[in-house]
Amino acid sequence: MRKKISGLFLTVFNFYYDGFRSMTMGKKLWIIIIIKLFIMFVVLKLFFFPDFLQTKFENDKQRSDYVLEQLTMPTNK
Amino acid sequence: MISDIDITLVDWSRAQFALTAIYHWFFVPLTLGLSFMIAIMETIYVRTGNEEWKRITRFWMKLFGVNFAIGVATGIILEFEFGTNWSNYSWFVGDIFGAPLAIEGILAFFLESTFIAVMFFGWNKVSKKFHLASSWLVAFGSNLSALWILVANSWMQYPVGMEFNPETVRNEMISFWDVLLSPVAVNKFLHTISSSYVVASLFIVGVSAWYLLKKRELLLARRSIVLASVFGLLSALFTAITGDGSAYMVAQKQPAKLAAMEGLYQGKSGAGLIVFGVLKADAHKDKEDNFHVKFEVPKVLSLLGYRSPDAFVPGIKDLTDGNKEHNIMPTSEKMEKGRLALASLCSFKEYKKQNNQAKVDSSLGIFRANAQYMGYGYLNDPNSIIPNVPMTFYSFHIMVGLGTLFILLFMITLYLSLKNKLDKQRLLLKLLILFLPLGYVASESGWIVAEVGRQPWAIQDLMPVSVATTRIDATAVMTTFILFAVLFTVLLIAEIKIMLTQIKTGPEGGKNV
Repeated sequence: MRKKISGLFLTVFNFYYDGFRSMTMGKKLWIIIIIKLFIMFVVLKLFFFPDFLQTKFENDKQRSDYVLEQLTMPTNK
Repeated sequence: MISDIDITLVDWSRAQFALTAIYHWFFVPLTLGLSFMIAIMETIYVRTGNEEWKRITRFWMKLFGVNFAIGVATGIILEFEFGTNWSNYSWFVGDIFGAPLAIEGILAFFLESTFIAVMFFGWNKVSKKFHLASSWLVAFGSNLSALWILVANSWMQYPVGMEFNPETVRNEMISFWDVLLSPVAVNKFLHTISSSYVVASLFIVGVSAWYLLKKRELLLARRSIVLASVFGLLSALFTAITGDGSAYMVAQKQPAKLAAMEGLYQGKSGAGLIVFGVLKADAHKDKEDNFHVKFEVPKVLSLLGYRSPDAFVPGIKDLTDGNKEHNIMPTSEKMEKGRLALASLCSFKEYKKQNNQAKVDSSLGIFRANAQYMGYGYLNDPNSIIPNVPMTFYSFHIMVGLGTLFILLFMITLYLSLKNKLDKQRLLLKLLILFLPLGYVASESGWIVAEVGRQPWAIQDLMPVSVATTRIDATAVMTTFILFAVLFTVLLIAEIKIMLTQIKTGPEGGKNV
């Protein structure tokens, strides 16, 4: 059983390995994808897009209190 | 409340979301439509064994790969923005928005890591039938992926299947099926995917027309044009049918959007559909004539919107000021009810703290009775329910006008192709290339109608965009707006450049992606 699983794993690995190796235009695309994902997930997400409620508050109670305050505080009365 | 909010912040947050959504949508329609046509081409190859069809399949698959690679994950940025710029909204919608997006994420992951890999790397490594099955699964998977995003968007236009929990300040899903199968969601999904198929068909027809003009790859171009014309024609006709369904739902659920789409300032029975019109700059709900020029088909708007040629279609004036005869509540009354809902929500929290159960129940009762008007409580002026009329009106007419032209174009192209006369029609071939970007114009216009037309609401009747926004520094939003503008422009230029190089190289320029 273990042999079968490792054989399957090897087949899948070789499938992807050969696929990537034989790429022509794809290499350029992969470079674009990697740069793009780096900019999105490392630069933008870490430095520019923190999850506001997750970072400002410790628990859901605080978050819901804050949002309720935002929704109800300065009403048009 | 609105007076307390930095309008610059709201505008920049909206502009940023609009920019990222518009750029993201440059990549999506081609993926949705091209994947199906590739699967059809490969099916023909597997059934006939004709090697030319394999060559055709691989060529379009290569262009699909370019679009997919550059477009992949551009939608993730929209999710970043929810957490940073729209945190009140994100919290308020709870799992209703989160559940469809999570399903989409999981689907996209499995799709991208498995079947797309088989599609691109699997030629000669897996059986023909398994490869074909993978191509079909990519097509179905990417369309299914779109379903969840569109379900989430539809919920914002027509919130159903949920109940607001005042303790957690979140909406909780009480019926998944009501959310998934709401008539707005069903129509939006069908209309969006069929229009995307039209965009992809125009892409294939346009590129093939270029080959015919250059007298290159003639067999590939002719076969591709026939297939894309049939697919495009059927899709364009279906888009028209689903568009009718969408407009009907807009009439029922978002009458202010319909009024803006048709520039209908004052309601009338037996309202006509404006085929072409130029709005006056000073158009206003109190004026009788708001058009410089218009060509109108009598009674059709009533027929399409309410399935009766003499039905009353409310105009902007009826929706803001109310209309007793037609049982339309004035917006000012909805605003009163909305304020009552907000005040009772506030007192609910206070009484809860004091452990005064009787008053908690009473506040909750008042809230529940007025909750459907909650969003109106934030408005200062009844006129603020009016979306940007010129933008909605022109975008709608550009979309419909182009959609009609596409039907004609596919019919002509198909007819001439079947008669073997298309190669000689050089002017038409040039026109077909010109129509390639017009597919995108129509598709983006459709989104402008949907999103600008529903303003001021982030969630229809429940939450205006001004309340949905996170109170952060407007400069930070402006900075990221500029970053996105640069990043997406670079990506779009890269896509167009690589795509053009691949088209010029043709199918022989390297068989592998």
